[in-house]
Amino acid sequence: MQQIINFIIRYKNFLLYIFLLIISLALTIQSHSYHQSKFFNSSNWIAGNIYGFSHGITTYFSLDEENEKLLQENKRLRNQLFNKEFVSSTRTDSSAIKYTIVSGQVIKNSYADHRNYITINRGEKDSVKQDMGVITDLGILGIIENTSNKFATVQSILNENSNINAKIKNTTHFGSLVWDAKTYTSVQLIDIPRLVPLTVGDTIVTGAMSSIFPENIPIGTIKRFDLDISKSFYQIDVALFNDMTNIKNIYIINNLDRKEVLELEDKTNNE
Amino acid sequence: MNSGYLINIIRFILLVLIQVLVFNRLNFFGFINPMVYILFLYWYPIKENRAAFIGLSFLLGISIDFFSDTMALHSASTVTIAYMRPAIMRFVFGINYEFQSFKLSNTTKAQQFTFLALLILVHHLVYFSLEIFSIANILLIIKKVLSIGLASLILCLLFGSLFSVNKE
Repeated sequence: MQQIINFIIRYKNFLLYIFLLIISLALTIQSHSYHQSKFFNSSNWIAGNIYGFSHGITTYFSLDEENEKLLQENKRLRNQLFNKEFVSSTRTDSSAIKYTIVSGQVIKNSYADHRNYITINRGEKDSVKQDMGVITDLGILGIIENTSNKFATVQSILNENSNINAKIKNTTHFGSLVWDAKTYTSVQLIDIPRLVPLTVGDTIVTGAMSSIFPENIPIGTIKRFDLDISKSFYQIDVALFNDMTNIKNIYIINNLDRKEVLELEDKTNNE
Repeated sequence: MNSGYLINIIRFILLVLIQVLVFNRLNFFGFINPMVYILFLYWYPIKENRAAFIGLSFLLGISIDFFSDTMALHSASTVTIAYMRPAIMRFVFGINYEFQSFKLSNTTKAQQFTFLALLILVHHLVYFSLEIFSIANILLIIKKVLSIGLASLILCLLFGSLFSVNKE
């Protein structure tokens, strides 16, 4: 017993170091294979408020540019609206609405890491929940990962764990959108069979298989494509429409049918 | 002694804030985010309780992680250099550093530089090996360690000369 105590006293620094290192490694390795930890993220009260404060100051520097972007978007939406031949008033019936939208702003962006997360200034009090989709006016951005009362973190598409259903526009060939962590201007679309005709410049949009994003939200265009090792699937580099380094205004999409879809899928899988 | 604690607490808070609000957003060349908070370990008094130092470094790392959504990568690497600091100092300053009268400001510029460079090198090696976590990407790890390490070193030297440690 005496010897054990002596041993502990003699090596107390080393044991403390090993102890703290193991805690850190456990937290880190857990996130390699699984989701971000529930409490340990920048949507918490302190980090959220500090980022919110700094956002409150820096946001004024880009107001002109952001206003210009919003004007462009309004112009595009109005174009679509006016060119629609007939807009029925019954279409605004609330039971026909499948998606609701919450707008928000990015208060912390990151794109230089391997697992990038974005923090936004909308949280549970704006009825933002885990697994909602996040888009900008140009294309998709990511999926809500964790929420606190006033803030939420978004798993960016620039994240090794990210995996989103996507397809080639105007076809039904779908694959998975992943990121190889090489450059923040492009992501990869995999699992597209080799018999699909492809051209550089084709548009990639979100697929219909996802219960998070609506179909046909733009993602990017094909930059380069190659066959993968098995020689039966394409590996496609997709140049993103979004400039991931410069994002301010975002929209959070809530799919009202998601719960029903998940329940049904769950039931089918269990049988 | 009290003012020493106060200085360390203020330094801690300021370094965390400047790291997460300024340097984590720098993204020079798209990926270079220097880590200046290592200066805390460089400046921390040498004669202090070692266990407290390791604990404090862990706290420093985890506060940075808290803000940057990096899980516990910063804590793992910071706690490693905190543990290795005496060994690095013995290597750089020789037997001198055991003496009671030893002060960082009394050493030569070359020694201070080597000490800081070694701290940053070990820190970045641990950090990026854990972040990328695959042997296949060893070249990427080396590239990141060298480029970001160089940026951290330059900025730490600049900060070090701005806020010199002569007062202690």
